[in-house]
Amino acid sequence: MHCSSCVYLLENLHRLEAGIIKSTVNFQRKEVFISFNPTLTSLRAVVSLLAFTGYEPAISLKDATSAVDEKNRLTSKRLNRAKIFRIGLAGFCFANIMMLSFPEYLSSGTVDASLSNAFTWLNFVLSLPVLFFCASGFFVSAWKSLRQNILNIDAPIVVAILVTFGRSYYEIISGQGAGYLDSGSGIIFFMLIGRWFQDKTFDALSFERDYRSYFPLGVSIITADTNVAGKTHEKNVPVTGLKQGDRIIMRNEELIPADSILVKGNAQIDYSFVNGENSTVHKVQGELVYAGGRQRGGAIELRVSKLVSQSYITQLWNNDIFNKPKQKKESFVHPWSRYFTLVLFSIAIATVIFWWFNNPGNIWPALTSVLIVACPCSLLLSHTFTNGNMLRILGNNKLYLRNAQVIESLAAIDCIVFDKTGTITRANQSHVQYTGLPLSATEKAGLQLLSSQSAHPLSKMIASELKNKVSYSPELREFREYPGKGISAFVENLSLKMGSANFMKAQVTQGIQQEGGSKVYVQVDEKIKGTFSFSNQYRTGIRKEIEALKNEGFDLHVLSGDNSAEKETLEFLFGPEARIFFRQLPEEKLQYIRHLQLNNKQVMMIGDGLNDAGALLQAQVGIAVSDNHAQFAPACDAIIDGEQVKNISRFLRFARAGKKIVTASFILSILYNLVGISFAVTAQLSPVVAAILMPASSISIVLFVTLAGNAVAKKQGLLSAARPDEDHTAF
Amino acid sequence: MSVLFLLIGTSILIAGAFLAAFLFSVNEGQFDDDYTPSVRMLFDNPAEQPSTEKITTTNK
Repeated sequence: MHCSSCVYLLENLHRLEAGIIKSTVNFQRKEVFISFNPTLTSLRAVVSLLAFTGYEPAISLKDATSAVDEKNRLTSKRLNRAKIFRIGLAGFCFANIMMLSFPEYLSSGTVDASLSNAFTWLNFVLSLPVLFFCASGFFVSAWKSLRQNILNIDAPIVVAILVTFGRSYYEIISGQGAGYLDSGSGIIFFMLIGRWFQDKTFDALSFERDYRSYFPLGVSIITADTNVAGKTHEKNVPVTGLKQGDRIIMRNEELIPADSILVKGNAQIDYSFVNGENSTVHKVQGELVYAGGRQRGGAIELRVSKLVSQSYITQLWNNDIFNKPKQKKESFVHPWSRYFTLVLFSIAIATVIFWWFNNPGNIWPALTSVLIVACPCSLLLSHTFTNGNMLRILGNNKLYLRNAQVIESLAAIDCIVFDKTGTITRANQSHVQYTGLPLSATEKAGLQLLSSQSAHPLSKMIASELKNKVSYSPELREFREYPGKGISAFVENLSLKMGSANFMKAQVTQGIQQEGGSKVYVQVDEKIKGTFSFSNQYRTGIRKEIEALKNEGFDLHVLSGDNSAEKETLEFLFGPEARIFFRQLPEEKLQYIRHLQLNNKQVMMIGDGLNDAGALLQAQVGIAVSDNHAQFAPACDAIIDGEQVKNISRFLRFARAGKKIVTASFILSILYNLVGISFAVTAQLSPVVAAILMPASSISIVLFVTLAGNAVAKKQGLLSAARPDEDHTAF
Repeated sequence: MSVLFLLIGTSILIAGAFLAAFLFSVNEGQFDDDYTPSVRMLFDNPAEQPSTEKITTTNK
């Protein structure tokens, strides 16, 4: 789904298919809910209609194996509603309490006693839902962390809330005054908004994907007919039901679900899904075929040799790190709030001691005022609003973070590990080069036409490369494709052939290089004309970016699952001091990251393939590169658009600046607190001072962090690129 | 001054009615998707489709 036209088409499905009753689109989630009448149409027909209109539903193994996923989504939806619910209720109560408190502040005793009494009691009633319902999230979070012997930022907040409301209720019940209900509920309202602002997520993206999201749901297996010997049946079974020894059929473009042995047919396995390599691998009968490969060519028959969950690629997920949740690093705000609490309590104690000797009657009001006014809520507000703002700015620049915690991890990074294919090179684009005898215009046109007939990835690349160099299109006759070997046809009076070296009739005289990527030979009228060779196409701007990262002192590494054909180019790009490794297995990548971490490195891994999945999860920050949403984006902390890889250094600078902003706003909020405390310790904090000071400090801090965040983004050139409208087309 | 009791009571009632309307709409899921409805209202749907009528009523 990309634009409003998609919404239109999908919501009018009932006009295309009579059985469909209603379809409703949720654009941000990229979902459509369809209700249909099963007597008029079938699920199958609906799915094929969707595929026909260009919105093929994503059906994967994951849908079958985990109902948990769906349940999680529903709970998150409910949680999101509860959040809005709380904000609405808190806002309502806060505004009314504020209004009812005004006479108390401004009239200074001229208001009728019964009237002001009524106001106070109304406030009392209005504040109850704020304390018991809206603020419950803070109580729960504080209690949870206390039970784990951690003092998080919510603990002092809860103390402040309890003292504020407790003292106010005491004053109201004993008839002494109106209390601080207005500032108390106001603070809760602001803090709820801050949390909501920070937690707003990118609905359409999933950061939890594993191999199951990409594996097919069902597979065709062959069973022997029990009645007639030698006759076989084909039937569909779910992938999870595959057993060792099952014989399965894989057709063109199908993904192999389990490690198997080739029994019959011509296998051209494309492992680009696993390691990002473009060329296909030819397999002969009896050879092992790994799961995750995609057959390109005719149907093949395989015998399953390992269960799906024990296959080579899926084994990675049996590694420990996939089974335990990623260790949550504590935000640097929490230690701050701990010092804050310590200082606060020492001030409180000092205040008590002072009044003990001077005027014991002031102990109680002074102590409670200190605790009320010095609420660390401005710490929380500055943190949540800065992060929320940064998430949005980064999202507009097509770097989508999983949550706000990732920003802090980003700021601490000192070591960056790159994957090669799909990360610093483009995934599906190679540089095609022709070497050999010059080709005539007819030959070029013929070769372009010939190569455009085949679905083979290399053939497609040649076709698109030659497309611009061809001025007319001749007639093609007797096209033939030899799976795994090459293609041939007649164009005008020429006999053309393209394919691998052993497909050529004439002896190949040029040196055949094994290392150096794939080659396609061209033969015109029984004569070898030359070869097309393929090399990786590097992303534009990547060289400058690596230069910038090097200058900023980052430790750079490259881990490639591919062969070492690009070694020289990479060494040129990264310079002599970078460590570059080829033919890395998924497990090796993971171990390498772990090794770096043992040397006290804060590692960021940028990769795209299934083979990077372990490393992405192990790294402090794992960023998955995605050129389009259909491509594999494994479990990670962030998803980045392929074209934005060249801005990594800016994003890192931005994240570090974010930390400075939070620190600066802390200092600002401490200044506010000093003013408030100076009122409080002298036992002079009147409700009106609190009511002015607390919202004013909150709002000015929110303004400060938002403006500062935008200023930094502008400096890094991230704001000019921010076009919220484009946000929707990105994925 | 005692008329204020009445006024305050009324104002709280009215505000409470709006709050109830808001909470109702949250529960109905009107805040689940804040983008699609803005697009949907621009389509010219023929009125005789019962299903589309349903959609427009929820969007009011």
